[in-house]
Amino acid sequence: MLELDDIHVSYGQLPAVRGVSLTVGEGEILAVIGANGAGKSTLLKAVAGQLPLSSGAIRFDGVDVAKLPAFRRARAGIVMVPEGRRLFKSLTVEENLQIALSTKRSGPWDLERVYEALPIVAERRGRLAGDLSGGEAQATAIARALVANPKLLLLDEVSLGLAPVVVGQIYAVIPSILAQGTSVLLVEQDVQQATKAARDVHCLLQGRTSLSGRDLALDDISRAYFGA
Amino acid sequence: MDLLSALLQGILLGGLYALFATGLSFMFGVMRIVNLAHGALAVFAAYGVLILVRAGITNPLLALLIVVPLMAALGYLLQRTILQRTLTESPLPSLLVTFGLSIIIENLLLLTQSANQQRLSLGALDTASISLFGGIRIGVFPLCVLIFTLLVLTALSLLMRKTQFGRLVRAVSDDPDTVALSGASPKHIYGIAAAIAFGLVAVAGMANGVQAGFNPTSGGLLLIFAFEAVIIGGLGSLWGTLLGAMLLGVVQTVTASFDSTLFQFAGHLVFFVFLVFLPNGLIRRKVRL
Repeated sequence: MLELDDIHVSYGQLPAVRGVSLTVGEGEILAVIGANGAGKSTLLKAVAGQLPLSSGAIRFDGVDVAKLPAFRRARAGIVMVPEGRRLFKSLTVEENLQIALSTKRSGPWDLERVYEALPIVAERRGRLAGDLSGGEAQATAIARALVANPKLLLLDEVSLGLAPVVVGQIYAVIPSILAQGTSVLLVEQDVQQATKAARDVHCLLQGRTSLSGRDLALDDISRAYFGA
Repeated sequence: MDLLSALLQGILLGGLYALFATGLSFMFGVMRIVNLAHGALAVFAAYGVLILVRAGITNPLLALLIVVPLMAALGYLLQRTILQRTLTESPLPSLLVTFGLSIIIENLLLLTQSANQQRLSLGALDTASISLFGGIRIGVFPLCVLIFTLLVLTALSLLMRKTQFGRLVRAVSDDPDTVALSGASPKHIYGIAAAIAFGLVAVAGMANGVQAGFNPTSGGLLLIFAFEAVIIGGLGSLWGTLLGAMLLGVVQTVTASFDSTLFQFAGHLVFFVFLVFLPNGLIRRKVRL
């Protein structure tokens, strides 16, 4: 469903992703792992449309979407939970979710279903998003993305800065997302967490693919992670 | 009783200033653009009305029905083509571009229209007044302008609080990139916000054309009054802008009732005092709009 073909992405003069190819099938989950600065987030931003490609192709359901602006990709079903949550702080939690109705996509998720799947968000629906704790904010960011009814959900470092028990709660939602037929491409620094959530793993090292495959051994992954 | 009369006149004048300032405040609140062409655009719209009046649409209010949509369309286009490119971390590009735009508009008007003072007329409504207690009289047209301004502000704040467009406008002033991730185009939202601001400034320009008159270069002073109202009221707060405009109008007219030459000076002085001692204005808000 998502197909990256030899994509290159640069920050100004600095190449951050250098020739990465990968695919994510319908209803599947793929974890992209790597150390800080390996190009994981850059890769995700390029798929979401926040960064332009220097070369390569991004095909979504067989259509090249590389030239589409971010909001058109969201309407096509590629929805990202950005690193650092990026909630609209002056809006309430519920208003944050309502913003995502802008994709005008129909599907399994609406406000009610999302509140059922993430009760913590339902409890805080009247609060200003700026007043939430880290875990509540992350859950709200995921809820906002789900309201958009994504075909492909991009999760950027959802565990960053959260207590382990909260990370567990956040990751516990993923199976119910996959069960709706939504595909997930997730970026994670925490290898343990990533391999628990996804059998398919794609390792990046300095912008290049260092390893990819299914049910990989932790030793192999850590070699690919550190480049040792 | 003279003082009370001056106070009422000041509040009415404040209604006109608030109408001017609303567009300025709105564009700043949504896309952080201080539109230095705001006054010139008001005058530009007033000339639009004048041209239509001369062409046979004798009632300026009817002409406004044509000019407002045209100005709104111009606002959308200008935002999407030129102003969008000035939205950077630095406020300088948009200041320079809108300043340049005001010079272009002024000179365009000087070239095509004469430099003479012009006035729009609504016939008897121009001078109609109502008597209140104690021999105080207030103008009907300024009262209509104030009521219209209050309606516009109420409608705008309902739009901002209750509708999806309003939520998007607030979200986009928090974080435009993430709005795009949620499936809405920030550029389109900015365009519509500019269209609203331009449509409002057209109404303000016409109202000013009836109340005070205009010439190709009178936009500068209008901009200053609008700007002062926005700062006194508190940047980005629409109701604050109304309060700021009222205060400005009241100070100007009350001072003028003692010495009419100090009319503008008193307003600038209040603005200066706010800038130095209360730079956040009357209504200080963390949450914009």
